[in-house]
Amino acid sequence: MTEPATVWCARCGEDRSDSAHLACDVALVLEPPRYCTRCRRRMVVQIVPTGWSARCSEHGERRGGNAVGPVAT
Amino acid sequence: MTATLPTGSDDTEGGHHAVLEVAREQVLDRGVGLDEAQVREVLGLPDDALPELLEVAHEVRMRWCGPDVEVEGIVSLKTGGCPEDCHFCSQSGLFSSPVRAAWLDVPSLVEAAVQTAATGATEFCIVAAVRGPDERLMAQMREGVAAIRAAVDINVAASLGMLSKEQVDDLVDMGVHRYNHNLETARSYFPHVVTTHTWEERWETLRMVREAGLEVCCGGIVGMGETLEQRAEFAAQLAELSPHEVPLNFLNPRPGTPFGDQPVMPAADALRTIAAFRLALPRTILRYAGGREITLGDLGTRDGLLGGINAVIVGNYLTTLGRPATDDLALLEELSMPVKALNAML
Repeated sequence: MTEPATVWCARCGEDRSDSAHLACDVALVLEPPRYCTRCRRRMVVQIVPTGWSARCSEHGERRGGNAVGPVAT
Repeated sequence: MTATLPTGSDDTEGGHHAVLEVAREQVLDRGVGLDEAQVREVLGLPDDALPELLEVAHEVRMRWCGPDVEVEGIVSLKTGGCPEDCHFCSQSGLFSSPVRAAWLDVPSLVEAAVQTAATGATEFCIVAAVRGPDERLMAQMREGVAAIRAAVDINVAASLGMLSKEQVDDLVDMGVHRYNHNLETARSYFPHVVTTHTWEERWETLRMVREAGLEVCCGGIVGMGETLEQRAEFAAQLAELSPHEVPLNFLNPRPGTPFGDQPVMPAADALRTIAAFRLALPRTILRYAGGREITLGDLGTRDGLLGGINAVIVGNYLTTLGRPATDDLALLEELSMPVKALNAML
């Protein structure tokens, strides 16, 4: 099964095909994703000193580093 | 009101800067911090004076604080949805920021503390985006701090906004040893940064925290559009407060906030600010906090550690990511700056 194509920008939430997102890509080195790249939903993000997790209610969770989970809203 | 680069208007004779001579005699030799007017002079030094300024600030730090560096990790217990309007903050519920509300559960909080201690950090600060804590947050703190203290040897600090006297006493009873509450900026500039509460309300919480015997941690953010005069005013106000620790943040403009379009502060301005704050606060823990990665980069981070900084937040911040802790620890080793050991009197 192939991974679905990224449609939405994880930082600004806009359509990645509409314009260049170089600045967003650079910023994402020091920021966790805020938008789900598949559905554009804003994700619930939890950052800890050694990692992060970002959860989309529809498409599940992404993690970076030594994330801890789960988060509750 | 924008901070401008200095134009070399200081009292200079043949490349010799009088205020640096004053700093050597007054701050380095006698341990008396520079006053507001002197800090303003330092902030106006030209770029070619920066190496000498950083050298003096480093000597002051080594003389009055020693070579140790205090390492800390911070974590957000309650993220987003804040009712306040701090114009730099992506966690305000009043702005169109993409940050969503989240609570960290106690097992995850403990795990974060354990991971932080494993980096060599001796401080773990629990932060909540609130005006002040309600009973739900205080209950979460009570359970979380007890669980951390049972699981790992690390000093626990807290940052929960404005407190009542009872809440201050509760934090003392929990075993919290330091409380962070930033004044953020100069009193004269504060109304341009926050309108939902006052600088004086923040000062009142700091007063209660100190009276209760907690260590006071109070700093702010530079590069928010304040003038150099206001930056000097802020340093003087911090010196009057005389906190145990001053965390120094550099504005990282966040999308959706009123300061989202502010430019990133030039690195030379940031380094001048570090040195100036060290010369105003010779004995205080001066900590690198948020924004240093985008403002200073790797080289500037090193320059700041050799220009007055003696504490770092390692790893990630509350809503943004930082350098890996291993990078900072390797840099400290390279600079022969030992990580401050955990106080045996925990």
